[in-house]
This record gives sequence, structure tokens and C-alpha cells, in this order.
Amino acid sequence: MSADLNIILPEIFLSIFAMLGLVVGAYGGKDKLAALFVWVTSAVLVATAAWIGFQGAGTGRAFGGMFVDDGFARFAKVTILLAGAAILLMSESYMARRDLLRFEYPLLIVLAIVGMMVMVSAGDLIALYMGLELQSLALYVVAALRRDSVKSTEAGLKYFVLGALSSGLLLYGASLVYGFAGTTLFAGIIEAAEGETPLGLLFGLAFICAGLAFKISAAPFHMWTPDVYEGSPTPVTAFFATAPKVAAMGLFARVVHDAFGGVIGDWQQILAVLSVASMFLGAIAAIGQTNIKRLMAYSSIAHMGYALMGLAAGTAQGVEAMLIYMAIYVTMNIGTFAFILSMEKDGAPVVEINALSLYSKREPMKALAMLVLLFSLAGVPPLVGFFAKYSVLLAAVDAGLAWLAILGVVASVIGAFYYLRIVYLMYFGADESELDTGGSGILWGFLIASAAAMVFGVVNLFGVEGAAAAAAAALVN
Amino acid sequence: METIILFAPLVGALICGFGWRVIGEVAAQWTATLFLFLAAILSWVTFLTFDPFAHEGGAYTVTVLRWIESGSLATDWAIRMDRLTATMLIVITTVSALVHLYSFGYMAHDDNFDDARESYRPRFFAYLSFFTFAMLMLVTADNLVQLFFGWEGVGLASYLLIGFYFRKPSANAAAIKAFVVNRVGDFGLALGIFAIFLMVDSISFNDIFAAAPELAEKEITFLWTTWPAIELICFLLFIGAMGKSAQFILHTWLPDAMEGPTPVSALIHAATMVTAGVFLVCRMSPLMEFADWTQSFIVWIGLITAFFAATVGLVQNDIKRVIAYSTCSQLGYMFVAAGVGVYSVAMFHLLTHAFFKAMLFLGAGSVIHGMHHEQDMRNYGGLRRKMPYTFWAMMVGTLAITGVGIPLLYLGFPVGFAGFVSKDAIIESAYAAGTDASIVAFWGLVAAALMTSFYSWRLMFLTFYGEARGDHHTHEHAHESPMVMVAPLGVLAVGAIFAGMVFYKPFFGSDASVDKFFGNMKVEEHALAEDPVSPLMLGAAHAAGEDGKEHKRAAQVPGQGAIYIAEDNHVLHEAHLVPKWVKLSPFLAMLAGFLLAYQFYIRRPDWPERLAENQRYLYNFLLNKWYVDEIYDFLFVKPAMWVGTFLWKKGDGATIDGGLNGLAMGIVPFFTRLAGRAQSGYIFTYAFAMVLGILVLVTWMTLAGGN
Repeated sequence: MSADLNIILPEIFLSIFAMLGLVVGAYGGKDKLAALFVWVTSAVLVATAAWIGFQGAGTGRAFGGMFVDDGFARFAKVTILLAGAAILLMSESYMARRDLLRFEYPLLIVLAIVGMMVMVSAGDLIALYMGLELQSLALYVVAALRRDSVKSTEAGLKYFVLGALSSGLLLYGASLVYGFAGTTLFAGIIEAAEGETPLGLLFGLAFICAGLAFKISAAPFHMWTPDVYEGSPTPVTAFFATAPKVAAMGLFARVVHDAFGGVIGDWQQILAVLSVASMFLGAIAAIGQTNIKRLMAYSSIAHMGYALMGLAAGTAQGVEAMLIYMAIYVTMNIGTFAFILSMEKDGAPVVEINALSLYSKREPMKALAMLVLLFSLAGVPPLVGFFAKYSVLLAAVDAGLAWLAILGVVASVIGAFYYLRIVYLMYFGADESELDTGGSGILWGFLIASAAAMVFGVVNLFGVEGAAAAAAAALVN
Repeated sequence: METIILFAPLVGALICGFGWRVIGEVAAQWTATLFLFLAAILSWVTFLTFDPFAHEGGAYTVTVLRWIESGSLATDWAIRMDRLTATMLIVITTVSALVHLYSFGYMAHDDNFDDARESYRPRFFAYLSFFTFAMLMLVTADNLVQLFFGWEGVGLASYLLIGFYFRKPSANAAAIKAFVVNRVGDFGLALGIFAIFLMVDSISFNDIFAAAPELAEKEITFLWTTWPAIELICFLLFIGAMGKSAQFILHTWLPDAMEGPTPVSALIHAATMVTAGVFLVCRMSPLMEFADWTQSFIVWIGLITAFFAATVGLVQNDIKRVIAYSTCSQLGYMFVAAGVGVYSVAMFHLLTHAFFKAMLFLGAGSVIHGMHHEQDMRNYGGLRRKMPYTFWAMMVGTLAITGVGIPLLYLGFPVGFAGFVSKDAIIESAYAAGTDASIVAFWGLVAAALMTSFYSWRLMFLTFYGEARGDHHTHEHAHESPMVMVAPLGVLAVGAIFAGMVFYKPFFGSDASVDKFFGNMKVEEHALAEDPVSPLMLGAAHAAGEDGKEHKRAAQVPGQGAIYIAEDNHVLHEAHLVPKWVKLSPFLAMLAGFLLAYQFYIRRPDWPERLAENQRYLYNFLLNKWYVDEIYDFLFVKPAMWVGTFLWKKGDGATIDGGLNGLAMGIVPFFTRLAGRAQSGYIFTYAFAMVLGILVLVTWMTLAGGN
């Protein structure tokens, strides 16, 4: 028993931290403590990331295999924790100035992150569901954090209702799988799902895939994304776009490989269809957007399509490519949202893309950093974003999915349009931008660091490649 | 020293081209010129002190740095110094230095540019110096790739300088034409280099020459046919030479190249670059000697070019075009010499021609300069008194090119102007070679000599004699050119007068003297003392077999010495033993040409017009340069234009642009609107989409799953 607890020690630690924080906040200074909480929470998240990251190699299983701690899980957890910490740091001044900074905010984020950590470590359908719901419930609340805003509450409500529907789909799938496999343990399912697989099991798989696709906002389960991204406070949007995506992709990879690794041919087609639909929908629908948050929503849909392409390859190389893609995607998005958070006019947030007209004249450095990030998001060599796309395309081609790779390239050409449109506006727009200059040093730092990473990362991707390879090897064997 | 010669022009070009803003225009021009004079002086020192027998194989190599290493291909930047290189060095650097100096005067003012706002002179000098560097790179190469680098470098410089007056559409067209036509030749040269690398597995001259005898035995498959390797290689290399040296069918660019400033015509399109083809054939003599078929092909092409260009030259009215066709024709002479196997004679004519042709061009430039850029000879006349120095310089050039000398007089060398000695050597060699092609060539070249004389004297008479024609005002203001332009003419005049006599021995004297000069093999003193020609040209000292002695020349190893002469190649020796009428024939042809020209343009100036009217078709045929340009226009340019237009309008414009635009501006926005409309904002729409999605997934899985 104590061995089991040892394995989930980081999750327990974070949960206790969150609950203690709630008690201290409720009986202590309430929202006056919020800023302090943000800083402390960030530090705790970074420390936990370091703890997990340097924990060492090896695979540990707890509670009879319900909870798996392996290289794959650690890679995903470190990414999630660091992304969460970064977003928290970026949100502090933004939320404080808009009177949004509740002391519950950092603690809800911690709880969501605990849920995500459980998700990527899940070795059982029950653990899966538990992690997923813990994450989702926390996220529903932060989406509606701005209680007096119609849009924010609408976003929270939409997210909640549709999330409940997706949970229903997932649970239905899980019950089908349990019914045909006789167990909820992944280790048991993989034995049932081999060779002549009963159709019911595959139906279950399809429903589980649909539920997970909702979480990563893959088309056609993406419809909530633009509305929620637009309605939520921008820091929350930034969080939605990063950590939960990593967790859901990690969970997706875990389910298809750990539980259904024997029927790759079956789920490969599902993932390929989801991938193509997401890439094209993300690319095409984003063109019509004038709100940069909605645009980033479609951008994330398209990016999830590429990550799914890596997963669809069904190989260790594919998982590795997916992990690299996610790590790079998160880095790019942190930088981009740092920029979006700094878009203000007379102290009020601005989300209109047209407001960026000739921004390069006002803020040449920030415009240049944003240019690098946008080129990287579009996948233009020699920036890091290109290598992210390249690795998933290569994985797809090596797995015999050349058609998928070709469609991916076509979609990326279409998608390049809306990224480059922003660049065009910033440098060749019609009238002078009236956005405020200056702004938070933290945001500036994240923006520049992220852009610099896109440029200098081409040297060796900061070693992510090796770590991702090890993580993928732990999952697929 | 070799390195300084090679890089001095490059340094000059860089300083002049990029540094003139810092050091000023005049200083930039002087920098380029002085570096060139330095190179010229060092070249003469190298040439005069070069002793081929001090080095193994008659050549030595100075490696500058390693260039390419890839598989079995290894190439250096290296200077191969042998007699051929040394000869080319003095030709190039001397003419180039003089042309630099001359350009001070010629480019002092140019109506094509606005003096107040544009600086074109440093650019001009930088191009000239860069050209010189590239040309030196070509002749000093010790391998084919470096040679090719220089070959393309001179092509680039030529392109830039022909199009120097970039505001004139005709200059741009001429520059493009020169570039494109040369590309055809370069394609052949590149294929030849590939073939050599394929067969020999090396592109270094030493390796290629050493492999020549075995190469002669081998075969190569090309274009679905098996060829003798050596013939194909030599043929392809010669195609390259044809392009660069403006030989018939690839000659069309040279007359148009006269669009460039006149100093450029003198340097590039008369003295140096166009002789690169001749140099290449001579450089490759160890291969050429084994390729009999290609050799006679070279003779034919050289003959046709010499004859064709001379006929066209008869009727041209632009002073520079006359000289351009004359150049073309003289290059034909050189190829005939190389084709019959007397490479030293080809080089001899190259050397003398560089002097007198550069002089003719610079003289013509002086006339053009004095006449305010009027180039039509019909508007000249009576300029003798207005431009005395220029007149005398042109006179010397004309005497040299037409081949004036004292026939049958021999004082250890024939007595006459440079062209007399070297051109007669070619004609005698052609007769002596005795093959079908060379006998035809002999008669053709004599006829060409007659025409050369005619058009050269025509040029002189039209320009300097008779009444002043054309614009009265221009003639009143006609003036002698400044000293910087006249002085180079004086230096070149020395060359045009004496080069033939001075260099007769080393290039044509006898087997022994040529072998010694080029370092082909060790020769004994008594062999050197023997002269195949008796004093006073009374006859051959000992005709073949007459004194019972068969002519003997020891076998030469390919690669030994600068040129290779096969064991059975006795043309050089026998050229001295030709009958007297053969020796006299070019002189008589020259005389006939002179008298005809005198009759036509001095005594009866109305004759040319009447003849042209009587023979209207012939006249038009010649005036339009045998309609070669028109034929090319019909065969290549028009179809290429048609294909280009088709691909542009229909292929690129309609299909690719249209398709992409349709996709990007029609179909994608349509879907964008569709996606926008689907995003209704109502939860039930979203839920409906999810349900549809799961339906699709399940259906898809059931239909296509399990495999």
C-alpha cells in the first residue's frame, strides 16, 4: 500500500496543497492572498515538474495497474506542469487589473492539473474517467470565472453541457468495452482486443475516441472551442489551449496503445479521419475570423489535427512525433498568448485582429517576436514549428499514410494564410495601430523567450527529441 | 609571381568596383589599371624567363588551395605554368593593360549616362579587371573544372560588358544573345568534361594527357550509339570552343556583341576571350592528335568560318562590324591550323592577331570617339588629316592583317608584318597537311585572304580617304583622340609590326625550335641549327627524300611539354617545303584584294553601288549575313517564343494561377462561410454535430474496419 502511495506521491502532494490553500484562503485573507497564491502555486508546479522530471527512469504501477507511472506519463506531466506554471504567471497582472483575481483561480488550476496527471497515468477506464472529470469540472468553473459577464458564463455553460454529453459518450463506450472485455483494466482489454475483435468492443472504442476527441477539440467534436475560447477570460483561454490539450493527447495515446494496441488498423482510420477533418476545418474556418481568440481556437483545432496524425501512425515514431509536436505547440502558444494578453488599448483588452495594423511601427521588438511565432505556427522553415510538422509528416509517411501526409501539407498551406495575414497587418497594414505600448515585463519575457526558442531550438530542439523518444518507447513496445 | 599575376586583376576589380565610393572615381580607375600593368610586367618576366626544361614535363604547378573533394573527384585551385599558359598570359595582360589605359580617354564622357548623377566608369573598369581575372583563371587552370570556371567567368564578364549600355534595348538583346548562344557551346564543353571524367576518372590535365593513348582505344555509349571515346570527347570539347570562338553556326553573337563599348570589343571580342576556343583545342592537343575525324571536322568548320565571315565582311557598313567579321574569319584561320595539327602555328596567329586586331579595334574606337559615336563608314571619309596618329595606327593594323611583307625573302625569318608571317604559316601548313579537307582549306583560305585584303582596304579607304561624307557638322568637329588613347596604339603597333618576325622561330621555325620552345622534348644543338628553309627562300634546303634523309622526329610522350605532336604528324616540317607558288599565293591574293579595293573606292567610287545593283540578290545575301539570324529566328527563337508564351499564358497563367486562385479565392472562402454559418452559437447545433460525428465514426469503422 505504501508503495502504491509512493508512486502517486506528486498527485497527492498537489491535491493536499490545493485543499490546504482553499482552507487558508477561505479563512484567511480571501482574494487579498490571490496574488501570493499565484506565485506560490507557480513555484510549487515548477518544483513538482522538477521532482517528476528528475525522478529517474523505470515504470511503476500502483493499485493493481490502475495507475501507471512511466516515461511517457512523466514527459506529459512535466509539460503540463510547466505550461500551467507559465500560464499562471502570465495571468496574474491581467486578472488583477480586471478584478478577476480570485484566490480560487490558482487552486482550481492545480486541481485541473492533478486531474490531467491522473489522465496521462491512467491504466484503467475508471482512473481515466476520474482524471478526466476532475480536470473538466475544474475547467468548467474557471471558464465561467468572470461571473458578471454574459459571455463568460455562457462559455462555462456551453462547455459544461457539451462536456457532459461527451462524458456520456465516453462512459457509454467504456461500458461497452467493459461488457465485451470483462475488465476495465487496460492490461486486460488489450488481451481481449486482439485478432478477431468483437464488434461491440470496437464500438466502445469509437465512443471512447469521440469522448476524447471532444477534449482535444478535434473536428467534428470541436464546436464548443471557439465560443469557449472567446468567452473565457484570456488567461483561461491560454490555459485551455495548452495543458489540457497535452493531457488529452496523452490520454488518447495511452488508451489506443495500452488498451487497444492490438487493433491498430481499427483506430488508425478513426484517428486519420479526425486528423484530416481537424486540419482542414481549423485551416479553413480560421480564415473568416476577426477575433484573435477565436482564431487561436481554430488554430488549436488544426494543430490537434497534426498531433493526431502522429498518433495515427500507430508506431513509436508516431508517438514520439506527437509528443514533440505537443511540446513545441505548447511553447508557441504560451508566446502567442503572452502577446494576446498584452494587447490593450487604454488599459482595456483588445482582441480585434485589425487593431494590430502597423503594430511594427509602435512595438518593433514585440512585432518581430510575434512574427517569428506566427511563422513557426504556420510551419515555415527554419523555425521550430516546421520541425514539429516535419516529424509528424515523416511518421505518417513511414507508417504508410502518405495520403494523410499530403493532405496535411495541403491544409498547412491553407492555414498559412491566416497566420501570415496577421504578419501582413502588423507590417503593411493601412492605419497606425493605437494599442498601448509597454506593458507587463513578464508577458514580454515569455513572448521573447518563446520566440527565441523558435529560432534557437532548431539546433537540437533543446533535447526534447531524446526525451520524447524515451517516452514513446515506454508507451509503445 | 604567378599568383600575383592571377590575382592582381581580381584585387583591382574588387577595389575599383566596391571601393570607389571611398577612394574616389579616378583613384579607383588608376588602381585597376596599375594592378593590370603590374600583372602585365610580371607576365612578360615570366614569359621571357620561363624555361620548360627546368621542370619535369615542361610545366609546373602552383597550388593555391584545395577546391573540391567528392568521391574520386579532387580538384585544386592551381596554376599550371607551361609555354601555352605563358603565351596566353602576355597576350591577355598586355592587351588588357593597354585597353584599361585607353579606356581613360574613351570612357571620359559617354552620352549613354548622365555624368552628373551616375558613376559608370568604376563599374566599367571593375568589369574589365574582373574579365581579365576570369580569363587568366581559364588559361592557368590545371584541370578542366577550373578551366570551366574561368570559361563561365569570361562569359559573365562578356555579358555584363556587352550590356554595359543597359538603357539601350539593342545592347541588352545583344548581351542576352551572346549569353544564350554561348550556353549551347558550354553545354557541349560540359558534356565533354563529364565524358572525360567518366572515362579517365580525373579532370586534371596531367592525368588526362597521360591517359590519352589508352583513351584512343576505348569506346563510349552516348545517345544510344557507341562512339570512339576520344572522338566524342574531342568533338564535344570543340563544340564548346565553337561557341566561345564564334565559329560558324555559333557565330551569330559576335557581331552583335559590338554593342558594347569599343575597348570591350578590342579586349574581349578580338584579342582574348574569343581565342579561348583556340587555346582549348591547343591545350587538349594530346587528345586531339588521336581524334582524326574531329580534327578534320575542325578544319572544315574553321574553313567555313574564315570564308563565310570574310564574304560578309565585304559589304558591312558599320566599322566595328567589319572588324568583328574579320575577327570571326581570323579565328577560322586559327582553327584550320589547329585542325591540321600545327598547334604552335595556331597559337602564333592567336598571338599576332591579338596585337593587330586589338589595334584595329582601338583605332576604330578612336575614330568613333573623334566622330562623336558615328559608326557608319558611309559617313566617314577624308579623316586622314584630321586624325593622323589614328590613321597611321590603322594603317599598320591593316598592313598586318592583310599580310604585307616581302615574299620569298628569308633572313632566318620571313620579312613582313605580323599577319604576313603567321597567316602564311597557316596557309602553307594547310597545303602541306595534304588531306582532302586541308587542300580545300588551302584554297578557301587563299580566297579568304583576298577578301580580307579587300574589306580591310575598303575600311581604310572609306574612312580616311576621299571626300568627307555624311553630317557636315560632325566632320568639322572631328578631332584626334587624346594621348591616353593614342599611346596604347603605339605599343600595339610595335607588336603588329614585329611580333611575326620575332616569334617566327619559336612558333614555326622548325620541329626542333618549336619543341624546344614548348618544352616538348629535349633537342640537340645541331638540330636547332638546321633550318628547313634556305636563305632567300630560293627553295627548300632539303626537300623530303631529296637528300636521301627521311624527316625524323623522336616520339613524344603525351603530356610532355605544352603541346603534343604525334609521331606521324610532320605538317610543321613539311609546311616549309611547299612549292613556291603556294608560298606566293597569299601574297598575290592580298595584292589582288588591295587593287580591287583601290579600284572600287579610290578610282571609281561609283562602282560599288553599281555592282550592288547588278548583283542585288548576292549583295542582300551577304548584307544579311547569309540569313543565318533569320533562319535561327525561324527555327529556334519563334518556336521557343511560342512554347514560352503557351506555357506562360495557358500553363502558368490559366492552369496554375487560375487553379490556385480559384481554389484560394473561390472554394476555400466558400467553405469558410459554411463553417462560419455552422458555428451558430446554439448548443443544440453543437450537440447535433457531435452526434453526427459519432455516427460517421461508427459507420466508417463498421464499413472499413478490421483491416
